[in-house]
Amino acid sequence: MSRKRQPKIAEGSDWTFEELDRADAEIGRVAREYGLDCYRHQLEIITAEQMMDAYAAIGMPVYYHHWSFGKHFLETENRYKRGQMGLAYEIVINSDPCIAYLMEENTMAMQALVIAHAAYGHNSFFKGNHLFKQWTSADAIVDYLVFARNYIAECEERHGVDAVEQLIDACHAVSSLGVDRYKRSPQLSLQKERERQREREAYLQSQVNELWRTLPKHEAAAQSGEEARFPAEPEENLLYFVEKHAPLLEPWQREIIRIVRKIGQYFYPQRQTQVMNEGWATYWHHTLLNTLYDEGRVGDGFMFEFLQSHTNVVMQPPYNSNWYSGINPYALGFAMWQDLRRICEAPDDEDRAWFPEVAGSDWRETFDFAMRNFKDESFIAQFLSPRLMRQFRFFAVLDDDERDKLEISAIHDDPGYRALRLKLSDQYNLGSHDPDIQVWNVDLRGDRSLTLRHFMHRRRDLAPDYERVLEHLAYLWGFAVRLEQQDEKGEVSLLAERMHDRRRSTDGTS
Amino acid sequence: MTVRIVDRRQDSRNKSSINRGRFIRRFKGQIRKAVADAIAKRGIRDLENGEKIGIPGKDIGEPHFRHGRGGRRETVHPGNDRFAQGDQMDRPTEGGGGQGKGQASNEGEGLDDFVFTLTRDEFLDIFFDELALPNLVKRQLARIDEYKRVRAGYTQSGVPTNINLVRTMRSAAGRRLAIGGPYRRRLRDLQNELESLLDEANPDPDEIARLRHEIAILRAKQEAIPFIDPFDLRYANRVRIPQPSTQAVMFCLMDVSGSMDEATKQMAKRFFMLLYLFLNRNYEHIEVVFIRHHTIAEEVDEDTFFHSRETGGTIVSSALKLMVEIIQARYSSSMWNIYGAQASDGDNWDSDSPGCRELLSESILPVVQYFAYVEITEAEPQNLWREYEKLVAAHAGVFAQQRIVAPSDIYPVFRELFRKKLV
Repeated sequence: MSRKRQPKIAEGSDWTFEELDRADAEIGRVAREYGLDCYRHQLEIITAEQMMDAYAAIGMPVYYHHWSFGKHFLETENRYKRGQMGLAYEIVINSDPCIAYLMEENTMAMQALVIAHAAYGHNSFFKGNHLFKQWTSADAIVDYLVFARNYIAECEERHGVDAVEQLIDACHAVSSLGVDRYKRSPQLSLQKERERQREREAYLQSQVNELWRTLPKHEAAAQSGEEARFPAEPEENLLYFVEKHAPLLEPWQREIIRIVRKIGQYFYPQRQTQVMNEGWATYWHHTLLNTLYDEGRVGDGFMFEFLQSHTNVVMQPPYNSNWYSGINPYALGFAMWQDLRRICEAPDDEDRAWFPEVAGSDWRETFDFAMRNFKDESFIAQFLSPRLMRQFRFFAVLDDDERDKLEISAIHDDPGYRALRLKLSDQYNLGSHDPDIQVWNVDLRGDRSLTLRHFMHRRRDLAPDYERVLEHLAYLWGFAVRLEQQDEKGEVSLLAERMHDRRRSTDGTS
Repeated sequence: MTVRIVDRRQDSRNKSSINRGRFIRRFKGQIRKAVADAIAKRGIRDLENGEKIGIPGKDIGEPHFRHGRGGRRETVHPGNDRFAQGDQMDRPTEGGGGQGKGQASNEGEGLDDFVFTLTRDEFLDIFFDELALPNLVKRQLARIDEYKRVRAGYTQSGVPTNINLVRTMRSAAGRRLAIGGPYRRRLRDLQNELESLLDEANPDPDEIARLRHEIAILRAKQEAIPFIDPFDLRYANRVRIPQPSTQAVMFCLMDVSGSMDEATKQMAKRFFMLLYLFLNRNYEHIEVVFIRHHTIAEEVDEDTFFHSRETGGTIVSSALKLMVEIIQARYSSSMWNIYGAQASDGDNWDSDSPGCRELLSESILPVVQYFAYVEITEAEPQNLWREYEKLVAAHAGVFAQQRIVAPSDIYPVFRELFRKKLV
């Protein structure tokens, strides 16, 4: 095993397929030595244009057609052509095998970086993290997307592009209320999906009819208690509720709602683990490539290029910089994983006081535990160290619309650490990030109207968009839709009401 | 174990083209308006480019339930350089610095115009749509489908049928000369030496044998130079150039008297553009002459033509006279195909109209390929229209007139023209 005889990998700027292959093999060897557990993966070489295509379709290789993706494409293309942004180096798809895209114009060093980052970093996170394991079925997603695209294309043929477009518009508008946060979704598989889709079509309609049936039994119940609401408990998955209970939808419309809902659910874990996931991938490309450098398998030129890209990625501009646009998840995530390893390997007194169970433990085991069992919110609440808060010079600003001035509510000092950490963690809590809106009631015996209720938190109101969202929802529901707001004192007020005007249902809604 | 690498570069490049098409379809109204604005700004000859289109951001946003700006919000920011806990400060102004912007504004959809570029085809498509062109005509105008292959020198690569023998042999000869040069010189020297040796009274047989041997080797070397080499091959090079063959001149005549408002002029502009597009497909070289008139006519540049305003009465014949003069002075030879397009709101000084008809039928229609007149008005036809009407029957196929209110009325004026070319 003489080092000298082994040629270095990833030398020179041009890549070849053989070199990609060798680089991947080397990076994979080191990754296994560190015990990273990954899905099999596949590298796909694409052009910049294809990268933009992929962007527009949220990175998925197959996706249904919709004007909004065209809009995203034009947006990306415009900014790219004007030089306002580079394209991301990588897009990686949480599937089994995991698919990582390499852009053809990248240099060999960049390709190696992307392989380490995406094909080993993200990949192992997808395979290990509990949210991904629970919510996404990596082995079936690509099949499901194929099913979705074909099904929707079929619907367009049968029912017209406009009808389908209006439906998808409406689904997209309420898609943020289309995820189950607590229940496990059933496994997806193409075969099952097809069969079950047919069964569903038949059953769903009858179920819905059940709901609206006016049997004597129901009438009796109506007289006895006015308080009986439907649903009995508020339902937070609005799309699910609409799919199951909207009275007038046709089976194909329910199926499309389900498709949008399922795909939204698939992406939900990514939104919940941005800091962890990007940080994890960044930490591992950094570690894997540095290990290769220590072994003498990559040269100095490679390292310079790699480090230049790496430092760009993990840069965190301060709040008063022109470049500042919030906390960079790559920077925070990378710093936290690095810090976690330091706490394991070389803890100081502060670390021992703050992280008694982690300080001095085996770093690989701790990493594995953290990667598997947390999401951004809990990861930050659990592992953000005072040292890192000092390093980032974090501070919290309280903006209360009842007061004239902003107030600094916590900074990186002894009295502030815990509060600051909690606030930062809350910033990544999607539950408090998105407004809390739930299905409150359906007027079963009256006008069939649907009532949503916004539960206010810290007096935060809704952006005026909600009026247009309600229009979309009214289209889905087919009857009047109401949005109420309940403040923290429990007082309820009506925000808006939309009737569905069926005469207008053929033109666009905008 | 090697990794699976898939080369997708050759896959369909335009996965998003369907989505892009959907987008354009959905916002056709707004895009059409933007295209109309663009046409107002463009020259009538400038139809070969795409166009940057702006759509109001509020039309295009996708609504979601989001938090508004009210209530108590707390955000964490990095890079503290001056604050201590409990500090109070004013709210930063919108858009200034980064601080305080945090989450909310990162997600807000801006209300700026959404700007993107329409391709040439998309642009023309919308332009044609407005003009209500029949599909066949649309395709004929938009497509550059007739090419002529013309010679463009020679290349070193090509297909065997295109080998140019003369050029190939010439370069082979050149190569043989260049490579064989040194041998030949040496051979000449050796032969001279041999002759002078043989001329001597008592030649040295060994020396003769040596020289003969050397000469034989050189000859062999010379013959080893290939007669022809792949390097010598020359192929005739042909390039495709668009077919349009000859030249045309297009006269744009427009009434700019006080009664022609901006909207009428924009309509007239589309009329001229359409004719230009048609000519552009059929002629290699097109000149455009702009003649505007009120009581007197003058030749102007395009900008003045469309954008300056005049007042006063209208004498149409002045423009026709000027057109005749210009034809005689500059475009009299048979080399020119002459097209005329006249736009007006129909006003004319009463006793001038018969003169116009005469000018047209005597001096203009005999020399032009086509003359089209549009009257952009909703009012009753006046004397000019009635005079022109008398020409239609006598000059069918050369003269057409139409009263238009909307751009979609323009096409019938050219119906004859396009039909002729389509056969």
